Amino acid sequence: MSSMVNLTIKDAREKLDRKEISSVELTKVFLENIKKHNESLNAFLAVTEDEALRNAASADERIANGESTPMLGIPVALKDLFQTKGIRTTAGSKVLENYIAQYDGTVVKKLKAAGAVLLGKTNLDAWAHGSSGENSDFGPTKNPYNTDFVPGGSSSGSPVAVASEMALAASGTDTGGSIRLPASFCNVVGLKPTYGRVSRYGVIAMASSLDSIGHFTKTVEDNAMYLQITAGHDKMDATTPHVEVPNYTKNINTGVKGLRIGVPKEYVIEGLDPKVKDMIEETLKWYEDEGAEIINISLPHTSYAIEVYYIIQTAEVSSNLARYTGIRYGKDRSYFSDEAKRRIMLGTYVLSAGYYDAFYKKAMQVRTLLKNDFEEAFKKIDVMITPASPTLPWKLGAKTDDPLAMYLSDIFTVHANLVGVPGLSVPVGIIDGLPVGMQILGPHFSEAKLFQVGYAYEKAHPIWKERPAL
Amino acid sequence: MKINIPHVAKLANLEIREDEELKFESQLSAVLTYIERLNEVDTKGINETSQVTGLENIMREDTTSPSLSQVEALSEAHQTHKGLFAVKGVFENE
Amino acid sequence: MSKYTPIIGLEVHVELKTKSKMFCGCSAEYFGKEPNTHTCPVCLGLPGALPVPNRQAIDWCIMIALALKCEINTFSKFDRKNYFYPDLPKGYQISQYDLPFGKNGEIRLKNGKKIGITRVHMEEDTGKLMHQEIEGNKTTLIDFNRSSLPLVEIVTEPDFHTSEDVVEYLQRLQRIVRYLEVSNADMDKGDMRLEPNISLSLDPEILPNYKVEVKNINSFRFVGKSIEFEIKRQEKILESNKTPAQETRGWNEERNETVSQRIKEEANDYRYFPEPDIPPIITLESKIISLKEGLPELQEEKISRFMKLFGISEYDADILTREKGLANYFEEAAALGFKKDIKAKQIANEIINNKIDYSSTPVKNLIDEILVKSKVEEIDEAELEKTIDKVLSENQKAVDDYKSGKESVIMFLVGQCMRLIGRKVDANFIKARLVNRLT
Repeated sequence: MSSMVNLTIKDAREKLDRKEISSVELTKVFLENIKKHNESLNAFLAVTEDEALRNAASADERIANGESTPMLGIPVALKDLFQTKGIRTTAGSKVLENYIAQYDGTVVKKLKAAGAVLLGKTNLDAWAHGSSGENSDFGPTKNPYNTDFVPGGSSSGSPVAVASEMALAASGTDTGGSIRLPASFCNVVGLKPTYGRVSRYGVIAMASSLDSIGHFTKTVEDNAMYLQITAGHDKMDATTPHVEVPNYTKNINTGVKGLRIGVPKEYVIEGLDPKVKDMIEETLKWYEDEGAEIINISLPHTSYAIEVYYIIQTAEVSSNLARYTGIRYGKDRSYFSDEAKRRIMLGTYVLSAGYYDAFYKKAMQVRTLLKNDFEEAFKKIDVMITPASPTLPWKLGAKTDDPLAMYLSDIFTVHANLVGVPGLSVPVGIIDGLPVGMQILGPHFSEAKLFQVGYAYEKAHPIWKERPAL
Repeated sequence: MKINIPHVAKLANLEIREDEELKFESQLSAVLTYIERLNEVDTKGINETSQVTGLENIMREDTTSPSLSQVEALSEAHQTHKGLFAVKGVFENE
Repeated sequence: MSKYTPIIGLEVHVELKTKSKMFCGCSAEYFGKEPNTHTCPVCLGLPGALPVPNRQAIDWCIMIALALKCEINTFSKFDRKNYFYPDLPKGYQISQYDLPFGKNGEIRLKNGKKIGITRVHMEEDTGKLMHQEIEGNKTTLIDFNRSSLPLVEIVTEPDFHTSEDVVEYLQRLQRIVRYLEVSNADMDKGDMRLEPNISLSLDPEILPNYKVEVKNINSFRFVGKSIEFEIKRQEKILESNKTPAQETRGWNEERNETVSQRIKEEANDYRYFPEPDIPPIITLESKIISLKEGLPELQEEKISRFMKLFGISEYDADILTREKGLANYFEEAAALGFKKDIKAKQIANEIINNKIDYSSTPVKNLIDEILVKSKVEEIDEAELEKTIDKVLSENQKAVDDYKSGKESVIMFLVGQCMRLIGRKVDANFIKARLVNRLT
């Protein structure tokens, strides 16, 4: 159905409300697309056809009764870290290859209550350990713009599902860039919300103080509609503050006049692809023409962010993965892949007796300095704009032999996780057939502002409409 | 910086084959060397950040909520016996 | 007299009797229930579950710390203690490391000895293991009903030198938590657990370079036995010029000995780090004061007050205050007895000597019983005079003794009169009459 291509959640909502289409029909289109494209792209690990059609039918009933809420009847996919009761949840790992989730997480409950239609679970780097999608124990996901290239990770299946019309929205997690980087590689919008904005209860934990629960959509406004459902305090997650959830779509068209955009000088590094650099500079110029002020700022401790990240993240990973012993569920620890073993060992090491002060404690102190950098910066600016990745998507296999090189791909994104601030990845262009995105960072709980800034650019540059040739 | 793989693997309850030890040692040593750059940063008098929410005193009231049924709790277990999880013998006394 | 002094430090775990568990809403009343029926994603350690701490448990932990005269840390947090064992579902225990709720407290024993309380902290309990042979295979079975129950850990300085002091300390501690009504502290049911660290030293001021932890002491009656056994065992080793191994041993109640535990926590590297899922706990001065004021009168204070107010002995006061319920009963009875002119001492005697079950004997009944027993009969003048005449004439020696200054003899004469009369009459009245006659 060609009228379904480039369909956004906003469009679908209107069509559903006007009864032009039913949720069942809509869902069937996406299920068809999955059958067409998933084998070559490997975005889905599980497709829940029966459940999807059931959800859709009940959504149609609610629509018939006059209900019209953002996600009602909308087909979505969930990264396979989200516990979905009765449905296989693998974390992309052989350890949980046959694990059937025993409960629904909070976000899943919220989406179900909102009437979203669950199409299936998407592929990821096992345990969210990765930046390319190649660490999945079930085969890598491919970039729909060029299947020889990586889609980015660790949320790899979700952005691909949205980019290739296999879902209208898909959830993800971002611990060091795992939403923002793949979003920019797949020409979709990806949000890493403020830490604690969305509940982590029921999402398989990677690094507890860094994990942020977000999502992918085609457009910025779609992204706002989805966050409207998932955001909010949860009594099951002690790290979700009682911060009011504003109306994210209401003032999305505000524009950027008078906006102060910070450009951290430390992000111009040796490894930054000049084509990406130019693209971002053009973007900044556009904002300036629209009335924004571009301000050069400094985040002095940026160059240490990766070190801090790989100490704190691996330490928390080593502890969070201790529960997988094969006794109460899943298979035993011999089923962990090499990357998981590496991170568990590294994390164990940095916490171990004699090394704690030199590594973990030191990292926690530098984390304070990084936090201070951001606090200082946000006194003079409203948002920051940087590339999401220093390079374009790379070829499958290009970095798999060099774990350190893989870790360095996170260099622009880890900062936000360490400090807890939100980041929105928005497409800015296609270079040599591969997508490039910018990341917009703001202070804690500034998602509404990020949406405004992204929306303004997207309206004038609908890059998202350049669909991959599938 | 050299990392003692057998020792760390034991702490982490991971079995690393002897023929893999060298591979992991070199990969992790490379990462550790990179990470050691942190020593350049002056952190005298700087507090540690372990929480970015700024939250305090998040607690719940002492009320009960429904538990999983025994069937649900055991549903994914590798081995069970009369309502209990079962695992190969772990001994305490000789 | 041994040349070695035992150096003993105690770790006691008290299970709080909250309604729900420490980090989730599962019911904490798991005793006797079907296995694995009181679990949820949180206490079962399922992927994606998160802990939320129980406010009541934390308040009670602080109350225990206050009752033990501890300083309360204003800033406190939970930490992860990482180790692998089948009864630990997450592969880490949420506990407290460097900033426990309470620290630097004390308890004083009867002999005046001060026992330092190093720390009082909160942690979660583990599941329960059972070892069985099933179809020829040695199997370990796990019940997670107990997993994540709130535990308060109380650690002492190595100040103990005798097993008797240890027993007394445990009794006092048990009484304190029972008075606070935060735990049943029943060793047999596992809601009070003891792990002594024992070593021997030639010089009590110098800590030896090893210590042995003893686990699995499941009843009060084994406390003294197990410690004494361990002391003797270590002495033998030291006498042969060797040092006892630093290890964990288990008390085997069938063989009456401590046994080395084959599963040693070889790499006791718990890799503690702050629990990222739980924000820190700030206990302000105002909260500490309000908790302190809310503390019930503890046994020590009650004993002093009873002695002063009711004029009873320390011995009797100690017995009457062993259980808060009994103490309250006694006070109620004393108040009622006061109206009926019965002394508190009488009530105390009645309760103690006749082992009154206070939970089944209403106070009014007790008082009535005492009244009946202390009722004195009347005696008429004529009978009294006749009795006194007889007694005095039959006990000339006593009369002479009394007249020559031996005043205590009067009680003998009173007794003789009482015997003759054969009924319960007012002894003081008889005494007064006798004194009159003899003067």
